[in-house]
Amino acid sequence: MPGKLKAKILAGRHLPVMDRASDLTDAFVEVKFGNTTFKTDVFPKSLNPQWNSEWFKFEVDDEDLQDEPLQITVLDHDTYSANDAIGKVYIDIDPLLSTEAATVISGWFPIYDTIHGIRGEISVLVKVELFSDSNRFRQSSCGVKFFCTPSIPRCYRLAAVHGFVEELVVNEDPEHQWIDRIRTPRASNEARQRLISLMSGELQRKIGLKVLEMGGNAVVGYLQCFDLEGESGLVVRAIGTACTLEKPGSLPPSAPSASPSMETKELLLSNNSSTLPPSYPVTVPSPGPSAPLKYQPFSSSSPKSCRHQSSCSDTDLSFVPKIAPPLPSHRFHPYPSSPAFSSEPLSSSAPSRLHWGAKRARGFATPTCLAMLRKTMSFSENLPLEASGIGSSGSSGKEGCSFKMPQKQVTPSALEQREFPFFTFTRFPPGFLLHVGGVVSARSVKLLDRIYNPDEPETRDAWWEEIRQEIKSHAKALGCHAVVGYSESTSICDEVCILSAAGTAAVLDPTLMQEGCLDDGGEHRLDEHSFLSCVFCHVPYDDFNSPFPAHLAQCCTCGRHKVPDVLFTTIELPREAKVSGKGCLIQARLCRLKKKAQGEASATAVSNLLPFMEYELHTQLMNKLKLRAMNALFGLRVQISLGENMVVGLASATGVYLNALPSPGGVQIAGKTPGDTAQEQHISNMQRKINDTIAGNKELYEINPLEVAEDVSGSPIPEPQRRPRLFRSVSESSTEVPELDLAYGRKDAFVLEIDDTDALEDMHSLLTDAPAPSGFYSCNTEVMPGIYSWTSAVQMFTSVRMFRLGNANLTNQGVNKAFNDLCEDLLKSLYFKVRSMVPCCLCHLNFSVAVPEEELVQVTVTAAAMTFDKDGSQEPNRTTPRENDEQLQFALELSTEPASPPTFSSRKGLPGGSETHVGARASSVDYGSFADRCSTLVELIKVKAQTMRRGSIKTISSLETGSPLLRDRSRSVRSTHSYSSNAVTVVKMTPLSFIPNTRIIKYLGIINMFFIRETSSLREEGGVSGFLHGFITEVFAMVRAHVAALGGNAVLSYQMKECVFMENPNKNQAQCLINVSGDAVILVRHTEPDP
Amino acid sequence: MEIMSVELDVFVGNTTIMDEEVYQFWLDGYTVSDAVKVRMEGGVLEECEASAEVLQSDTMDQYRTFQMCERLLHTPAKLANQLLFQIPPHRQAMLIERYYAFDSAFVREVLGKKLSKGTKKDLDDVSLKTGITLKSCRRQFDNFKRVFKVVEELKGPLVENIQTHFLLSDKLARDYAAIVFFANNRFETGKRKLQYLSFQDFAFCAGQLISNWTVGAVDNMVEDMDVDLDKEFLQDLKDLKILITDKDLLDQHKSLVCTALRGKTKVYSEMEANFKNLSRGLINIAAKLTNTKDVRDLFIDLVEKFIEPCRSDRWTAADMKLFLIHYTNSAHILDTFKHQVTWDRYMGVIKSCILKMYHD
Repeated sequence: MPGKLKAKILAGRHLPVMDRASDLTDAFVEVKFGNTTFKTDVFPKSLNPQWNSEWFKFEVDDEDLQDEPLQITVLDHDTYSANDAIGKVYIDIDPLLSTEAATVISGWFPIYDTIHGIRGEISVLVKVELFSDSNRFRQSSCGVKFFCTPSIPRCYRLAAVHGFVEELVVNEDPEHQWIDRIRTPRASNEARQRLISLMSGELQRKIGLKVLEMGGNAVVGYLQCFDLEGESGLVVRAIGTACTLEKPGSLPPSAPSASPSMETKELLLSNNSSTLPPSYPVTVPSPGPSAPLKYQPFSSSSPKSCRHQSSCSDTDLSFVPKIAPPLPSHRFHPYPSSPAFSSEPLSSSAPSRLHWGAKRARGFATPTCLAMLRKTMSFSENLPLEASGIGSSGSSGKEGCSFKMPQKQVTPSALEQREFPFFTFTRFPPGFLLHVGGVVSARSVKLLDRIYNPDEPETRDAWWEEIRQEIKSHAKALGCHAVVGYSESTSICDEVCILSAAGTAAVLDPTLMQEGCLDDGGEHRLDEHSFLSCVFCHVPYDDFNSPFPAHLAQCCTCGRHKVPDVLFTTIELPREAKVSGKGCLIQARLCRLKKKAQGEASATAVSNLLPFMEYELHTQLMNKLKLRAMNALFGLRVQISLGENMVVGLASATGVYLNALPSPGGVQIAGKTPGDTAQEQHISNMQRKINDTIAGNKELYEINPLEVAEDVSGSPIPEPQRRPRLFRSVSESSTEVPELDLAYGRKDAFVLEIDDTDALEDMHSLLTDAPAPSGFYSCNTEVMPGIYSWTSAVQMFTSVRMFRLGNANLTNQGVNKAFNDLCEDLLKSLYFKVRSMVPCCLCHLNFSVAVPEEELVQVTVTAAAMTFDKDGSQEPNRTTPRENDEQLQFALELSTEPASPPTFSSRKGLPGGSETHVGARASSVDYGSFADRCSTLVELIKVKAQTMRRGSIKTISSLETGSPLLRDRSRSVRSTHSYSSNAVTVVKMTPLSFIPNTRIIKYLGIINMFFIRETSSLREEGGVSGFLHGFITEVFAMVRAHVAALGGNAVLSYQMKECVFMENPNKNQAQCLINVSGDAVILVRHTEPDP
Repeated sequence: MEIMSVELDVFVGNTTIMDEEVYQFWLDGYTVSDAVKVRMEGGVLEECEASAEVLQSDTMDQYRTFQMCERLLHTPAKLANQLLFQIPPHRQAMLIERYYAFDSAFVREVLGKKLSKGTKKDLDDVSLKTGITLKSCRRQFDNFKRVFKVVEELKGPLVENIQTHFLLSDKLARDYAAIVFFANNRFETGKRKLQYLSFQDFAFCAGQLISNWTVGAVDNMVEDMDVDLDKEFLQDLKDLKILITDKDLLDQHKSLVCTALRGKTKVYSEMEANFKNLSRGLINIAAKLTNTKDVRDLFIDLVEKFIEPCRSDRWTAADMKLFLIHYTNSAHILDTFKHQVTWDRYMGVIKSCILKMYHD
């Protein structure tokens, strides 16, 4: 009996009138956990009942504690007929199971009914007493911490990364069971809510077990989704990254109550990988290949040169340390395009490429049309990889090992033994990320069938494994051994399901995979990488030996390594990266009609359509990027949504100008029919427009690449003895200038061929993409590159729009335009809504698109509008509070390190001349860090002054009184009688993993809530908009209430993962399902001490 | 070629976004399209590079938010501890204050009328007459009625009760107290002769009556203390009749006032000639106040019996003030007049009211 759950029902308020005669309610409460139910007394004739119940005690297994929610039902007592339910509250008690999270849940919860919405509030107190568990074979994983945040949570230190964890559970969907025909909609909705809550708990517990087996104590970047497969069932699946996290103060890594032997056995366990299905076809070589490898000259020399550059001879410099061992070319089929997109803009002409794309798609579709049409589309950078590419994965895995050999280690790196070296992180500790290869993605079209045995969800598991294998092999093809910023998604329409996975191929520092590595190896690693802002751009593959035409250029920052001309990634902009000017949101939008069909025919149609869509989305992204004079995309997210008669594609990313990458050339358009003077005239007009647009954008986004290009030697190296080499590299790069120029000239040949009206139309839409109104910026990454002086003003919002395509004879072009307009209009509306916050940036703009019905397109957007200090942004300060936070986090490592000089110089944002001045002075490191500190102070003062001017002192004070706020709460528990006196806690919500100028005191646990709302009086509730408006408002309220009850004042990494809306206007009915998640935290102002 | 139509358009912020301008349009009962038109003329478009569709969407959305909020605004105390909307406290105060604000043109129409369904039915006439939308008239009427119902049965001072239950500013709470007081006593305010008086004039008079003539002026812990007039006092007012029925007293009173005013006013002769009429007018009003009907006619009587005669004699406000001061004070010197307390309680209020009401 390892746990005791205690609950106390204190009071209710604002209850609905249940008895029309008296205009009052006789309320009582049922408290249920598992199969045990307790009841309070009836509090007669009151809308504000005071129950003050005894402690209801549940003695339960911790397995149940993890799976089950506490279910509180408020009812109206009726002497003559059945008691009427007023509503329910589900409380997830998982946060109480970890010693480091919340200790008590106490507060007012909205009483929720799936038909009527929120009906009053109830004050509840919940506690858990856990007894230590000696059972080794236990099924629970209490104490494993979960974080939605896709980076190391800010008040923890990363001790080790153990890798990818995934799990899925399936069940029958209650709404599709036979019993649903005879029960009320309310009963059906509640069954569904409860089931998903149970399944989420079970999933989390199972993932926790995997983490314990791996020796970890936390899951970071936890992403849970559910798939409503209709008749065939309900799937809840989750992925995350297992880690060992430490509190910076506490030295021994605190593995939660797991047997300590687990950690030492880590290798053994992961080898045996008891968590994996034994039948899994292992294509990755087990430790075998790596052992011989460590004797290879390559593996020992390359890491060495990489690790100790200072001691290397000058010749070592010219020998690129990151070069992969030459790959035998026969292993790779010629790639039509460089994986990093470099060849895309250069490859001959649009039509021929399209032709190629079509051929490729066909060639791919037919042979893989195996049994049941379960065929897989796969793409690396949107381009289909040859199936044989997968075959080579085994051997290429071997090559990958050479990067992974840490010099001191004798044991093989944990990374290569991992089945899937995937990471759900999008931001990384310093030194973690060595190189970025590019985006890898895979999609697969499946036909759904009934899940016969919920206990063995093998089919779904196998599907995902297939996809992950592809991702892995794509990464290998890019010379990368890991995938970061990894995510998975699905889109379902009837029986057809598209499974998608995407991430960024990368080379990571392998020492981080080892427990305790950060303590010994950490300093060295930082030493090498932190001062080079360009390292991550350097290609991990070798252009000389790769058979595909890669268009690589010399790195514009260090001049020593190769970089791609364009870089696409799914991650956040790395901290050390240097950018010119500001970034912006770039979206590619596409709508394609498809014939209505059933089953296999539909699946075939979809899979035939997918390659074209991927190709076109990619082309759009590329064109828009070029038009903005930028050269890299971060946070790329491509969503393909399936409907009955159309497929919608939406790619969002944040474009930036990376200083390390070559400047993008202009865009040139060419006509197909020379001699046609009218067209030539038109084309020259168009060309002028394009040139103007590019020039305008350069100004708008403050991109000044020329100055940066001059400053090739801009990275000062702290130690004086390195100076000579610094100069050498200057001369080196200057000799290469002609080469660079050549590359530049070549890139001017980015040709858009206009051969038909379609292309004209496309071109037109490119040029009419309206920029954000002045004072506004937008990005889909956490913060906008190039803006540094954020204030703590955050307004999170969700906006939903749905359009009906009304015309009978729809054309691709028509729907495309409609969809494009929808997105543009939506953005315009968002800017207008938050206009009072200017200067302001819409951060973490997350668009998601769905096709709920024929001819209906639904777009859901969640983002945070954040205010920044305009003066501060012109003088970018790298030492923003958020950076500070991370520096604090890694204080141990950084204490012996000089402040990173490139950081310093870019912060000043001075023109080239002054920057060399800084470089010359760079030996006086102390000055730099001192200046850093000074400017931080100045920044803080400025921010304060700014917020005071804005008059938003009210919101600040709520944060500033982090500790009084807690006191308020405890008081509110005591004095529940005078409910009217205590004010509601302000809870901030943000999709970001932080709020500027605040510090996270404590993570209280994960928030993962699922709600259904249904109405049969749609018109009376204000139509579909009124209905959904109310529901989303209620969901926000319930999230805030749960966070406040945990003692928190903010939700970070908040996400609305699902917003499924269905309507039947003829029956006056509508239904909506919403799933949200985030991390509940306690925040205080930066300047406040810990409570 | 319109090939798409918006089916659904929703925006929800964690902190509820409310535009004060749009809120006012909503309160004023503008339709969405009217509000959009006015906003477009207001230049918000150029300011934010937005389009008409953006304005339409924003206005719709805000209207929906206000509609959802309205239920809470009916019991403003709930707004502070409800969980549905996260609204900063100063914004909450703004929402409440504006929701309970009313048009002076509207309130003049219903002031003193019974807050009944019948009156509500006549609101379309009020709307036509004042140019205020029917929707706004209804909101204002319902606000009056709601406040009336809540404070009707409460003990303690009226203004304070309104403030604690509706979280209104002191000024607005006082105005509501006046409205409740007038509605309860059904004072006639609609007659043509009273049309020149503003709501603020009446509100001032109501304040005077509440603090001097009600039960609450004597005992502050009874029900309806500030709404009902002190019956005993009204009874006592009959005693004042002696000032006009007793010939000696009337003459004495007149000569005292005349002595005091001689040479101090340009309308002396008119005053002297009219004194007995004026005095009779004021005292007859006092003596009749035991009848509910005559209480209702208090203001019309004051105008007809006193203000109009003075006005036709072209008294200035200063003349009026001087006269009333001496008229009140001289009664104290009359040795046979024993009802000094009642006299002061009566004349204190009448003096302030007349002074307030004596304008064009």
